[in-house]
Amino acid sequence: MSERLRANKFLFGNDGMKSPRNTKLALAIGAPVLALLAAFLITSLVLILAGDDVGGVWGQILSFPTHRGYVNIINSATVYYLSAVAVAIGFRMNLFNIGVDGQYRVAAFAAAVVAGEGWLPGYFNTALAMVAAVLVGAAWAGIAGLLRVTRGVSEVISTIMLNAIATALVAYLLRKAAVENPGSNITATKEVPEGSRIGGFTLFGDVPATVYGMVLLAVAVGFAYWFIINKTRFGFDLRATGASETAAVSSGINVKKMIIISMLLSGGAAGLVGLPLLFGNDYAYGSTFQSGLGFAGIAIALLGRNHPIGIALGALLFAFLDEQSNPLQILLDVSPDIVKITQGTIVLTVVIAYEVVRRYGVRIEQRRVSSALDDEPATEGASA
Amino acid sequence: MNSTITSQDIVVRLRDIGKTFPGVVANHDVNIDLRAGTVHAIVGENGAGKSTLMKILYGVQKPDSGTIEVNGKQVTLLSPADAIAAGVGMVFQHFMLADNLTVLENVVLGAEKMHGIGDGARKRIAEISKSYGLDLDPDVLVEDLGVGARQRVEILKVLYRGAKIIILDEPTSVLVPQEVDELFDNLRDLKAEGLAVIFISHKLDEVLSVADEVTVIRRGATIDTVDAKSVNSRQLAEMMVGSELPNPSTETSTVTDRVVLEVKDMNLPGPSRALLTDISLTIHAGEILGIAGVEGNGQAELVESIMGIRHGATGVVALGGRDLSHASTRDRREAGIGYIPEDRQRHGLLLDAPLWENRILGHQTREPNVNGPLIDRAAARKDTQRIIEEYDVRTPGIDVLARALSGGNQQKLIVGREMASDPVLLIASHPTRGVDVGAQAAIWSHIKRARRDGLAVLLISADLDELIGLSDTIRVILRGKLVGEFDPATVTPAMLGSAMTGADA
Repeated sequence: MSERLRANKFLFGNDGMKSPRNTKLALAIGAPVLALLAAFLITSLVLILAGDDVGGVWGQILSFPTHRGYVNIINSATVYYLSAVAVAIGFRMNLFNIGVDGQYRVAAFAAAVVAGEGWLPGYFNTALAMVAAVLVGAAWAGIAGLLRVTRGVSEVISTIMLNAIATALVAYLLRKAAVENPGSNITATKEVPEGSRIGGFTLFGDVPATVYGMVLLAVAVGFAYWFIINKTRFGFDLRATGASETAAVSSGINVKKMIIISMLLSGGAAGLVGLPLLFGNDYAYGSTFQSGLGFAGIAIALLGRNHPIGIALGALLFAFLDEQSNPLQILLDVSPDIVKITQGTIVLTVVIAYEVVRRYGVRIEQRRVSSALDDEPATEGASA
Repeated sequence: MNSTITSQDIVVRLRDIGKTFPGVVANHDVNIDLRAGTVHAIVGENGAGKSTLMKILYGVQKPDSGTIEVNGKQVTLLSPADAIAAGVGMVFQHFMLADNLTVLENVVLGAEKMHGIGDGARKRIAEISKSYGLDLDPDVLVEDLGVGARQRVEILKVLYRGAKIIILDEPTSVLVPQEVDELFDNLRDLKAEGLAVIFISHKLDEVLSVADEVTVIRRGATIDTVDAKSVNSRQLAEMMVGSELPNPSTETSTVTDRVVLEVKDMNLPGPSRALLTDISLTIHAGEILGIAGVEGNGQAELVESIMGIRHGATGVVALGGRDLSHASTRDRREAGIGYIPEDRQRHGLLLDAPLWENRILGHQTREPNVNGPLIDRAAARKDTQRIIEEYDVRTPGIDVLARALSGGNQQKLIVGREMASDPVLLIASHPTRGVDVGAQAAIWSHIKRARRDGLAVLLISADLDELIGLSDTIRVILRGKLVGEFDPATVTPAMLGSAMTGADA
């Protein structure tokens, strides 16, 4: 017994802590890098088959962006980031919230109407609109949560349906809320008053484009996400439920309550997605308001492994590919849609790479455990 | 041993089989002779290497060394297809059947070329079913079959493919006693037809009742092959563990008159019949109440109802006089119930979380794991380290994933965790199931020590020696009712056994 204690302490002091950490880190970085390379390779194959200029396309995409490009990348990454965090909250609970897309559009519309009315002065108006966006997004997602716990409806099905309903609902209400816009055929809500808009940061003196002020919101949301998930009791319950619902129930977690709360949180975060656009760019919700952000969020959350920093890198990567592909049409007569193929492929390769790495990691760990305890035949890995 | 069996009848000869996984020797020096017309049992503790060995014989794993001879010819088995071609078939512990297909469809799936998928196959299935007494109708949907019949479908599948050597991996673990008897009758039919059966189990009484020869595996190596008629289960068990068995017996009684748990008139309706009927029981401080019963007679429902995990039970659950009948699972845990669940991997652990996070599980609201609404990572880690040392959890560190530990060490971690918050009541479901003997002895001694300190324990176990050894009182559960009460000092496993099956006079 005492020998065993010494052995434990010994192992602890040495490789028990450090080298596995490094291995984990190397695996965590290696997986997405490999996945990216694979995705680039597959994209290249598509380009070759279509007879396009492979070198030229990559030369453009992998060049340094313009100053204006940098600003655009940060701005669209901001929006992607919020969307991916909203999805990731669900993922940590094993909830597949496909509905971020519908949630952010309903919420952005509600925020645009509230902000456009301008009931409160200046930034109070902004704050009120933000609260409205969070509440509406949460409520829209909450429907799916409620259906899941009371009727057992899979949130995948219900959120897909709610996306469709959201599209129709917003289109219908937009007609009612739209204002006359002479000289344009765009239907849009009332513009947000000047004093309630969120200004941007100037990054480069030589371009007028500015970085959304709401980038700070994305940073704050990322921090809050990290803190709540990793540091709080609530976050522990959420992760435990996601990791094993049966173990969560036995540990005393009210899983139904957790499903409702995490759907509300996910929806609330989804409500924020449209706000940088609303207050920093469009100033109204109209028929041209950016769509599809929720689906990009799913891909980015997968790519970033639900990790706040990983998601940020994923969002920047997607935004970078978007921005760099824009001139392809003009320069090389290649449709920028080629990067959509790259983005889609990345998601697939990343999922595969993470699974491979995860299995490899488990194997390494089992080997490490059994070699550290070589007097005991740990055949768990063998018989599994 | 049957005198007609000679060495010419050896159908499988394994010589010096070795298999090493990175860092782990799963098998070494394995030597087995399997004879036609016999049931050959392979016994060993969990993790002794039985499954790996059978995967080698079934072509799932390739041995690193040694030779396999089937019917006198040396063979190389690189896949199950090779094994089937050599006449070796395997029935896995977990059935691989499509519920929405018929018996016929399940059997021909993947073997369509043999007798087609129509009447030819139907005829062949009927023949096999008849000659081995399997009693299966080819056109019944598998979902309409009971567990025993499904297992027979698996055996039929193997026979249909022409196997003469059949491996059964823990076949009785999913069966009720009557089904076990039926299975054994089937096995006797198989061996009467000259087939060879390898029967893997760790239930020694069953092994002795059905096997002709028994090979004991310990730590990956074959220890000995003995005639089943010449040994008893205790001798086999000692060969399995390589030492004298630990003894579960508790010492002098520590039962007090202070009631800790009181369950009154608990009833739990089920879909067809009541799952629990009029359960009333009392456990005092320092008392271990053992519940004996054939699995599936309401033990799990009783435990889950007391824990508040399963809803729908009526009646009263009171802990130290406090009514918890309507409390949540968390409230019940906080009131001082420690819980060692039956299925530690599904209910007791987050397999892909590190040990220190598993220390928090189930104790998310209590010291030392939390500080207000926040997780106190440092304190939780420190306490995990303490548990690892005090409970002898063999691990290189607390950042290891729970999945990487062996079953016994996982269980010791759970026991340490549940004892950590000084419970007044411990509910232990099969606390030593599937753990090695060392861990078993350690877990028993922890339970005994806690009992001396005034803990009340509800012990559910299928291991009658464990129940008799540890308990102060034994109650028998049968079809959701408590049917008998026994004094462990005088009761024998045979008496309990007949009460458990309702054969009691």
